[in-house]
Amino acid sequence: MRWIWIDRFIEFEPGKKATAIKNVSLAEEHVHDHWEAYPTHPASLLIEGMAQTAGVLVGQARDFKEKVVLAKIAKAEFDDIVTPGDQVTFKAEIETIAPEAAATKGKVLCNGREIGRVDLMFSHIDKNLAGVEFPKENFVFTGQLERLVAPLLEKSK
Amino acid sequence: MPMTESEVFEKVKETLVEALGVDDDEVTPEATLTGDLGAESIDFLDIVFRLEKAFDVKIPRGELFPDNILNNPELVKDGKLTESGLSQLKQRMPHADFSQFEQDPDVNKMAELFRVQTIVNYVMTKVK
Repeated sequence: MRWIWIDRFIEFEPGKKATAIKNVSLAEEHVHDHWEAYPTHPASLLIEGMAQTAGVLVGQARDFKEKVVLAKIAKAEFDDIVTPGDQVTFKAEIETIAPEAAATKGKVLCNGREIGRVDLMFSHIDKNLAGVEFPKENFVFTGQLERLVAPLLEKSK
Repeated sequence: MPMTESEVFEKVKETLVEALGVDDDEVTPEATLTGDLGAESIDFLDIVFRLEKAFDVKIPRGELFPDNILNNPELVKDGKLTESGLSQLKQRMPHADFSQFEQDPDVNKMAELFRVQTIVNYVMTKVK
């Protein structure tokens, strides 16, 4: 199973903002667990989708050299639910970026209508935990997520 | 334009309510960030980012919340700060009130130095 909760980037302004979409399908396993009688795409995975959109934005701003991990959900508000057949749009913007961390704010849309707001903080873990060692290789950016954004980076060159 | 202490306090209070999700009335000058307001290490960074935005100032890392004190063996011995450790910490944190802490400079009690008033004192030096 691949843990990718966005399907495609449709906009990417390096260092500034990014937009990604995700199509929710009845063929996905998880909606049948949540819930069997009424399949929905849970808010936790909407937050994860935003985290992946914003995390790639933050990671790319440093050429994917840092291990960018989600450290804090500053705000996550949802006004409506998402169900199979819906297309979710994640719009993320970088608010602050520093050597050790980054803060992003974002909107979640469902079929073009705003249904949520998610603000996050990411940590560049090698720069933070004194004395705690992490594997040298970048286990955060292994290629899957970068592949999604590569075509848009090519275009903006 | 210089701000009064109570204007700074109100803005710091707003910042902490946003960053930590606490109620307005929990943010008193003596409230400790970790003990009373539940702040964790990532929150400290969030607080710094928000203060920079709210007051339009630059806060160099380690100036408001010094790091790397506990890792230096010259400054800590048997779980307490040494004379030199205490004096170095005081130099790095002129905005903190050491009167309680220096009576028993236990490393586990260091968090008590970080109170709302500590932040207000620091911001006052930046907005004058």
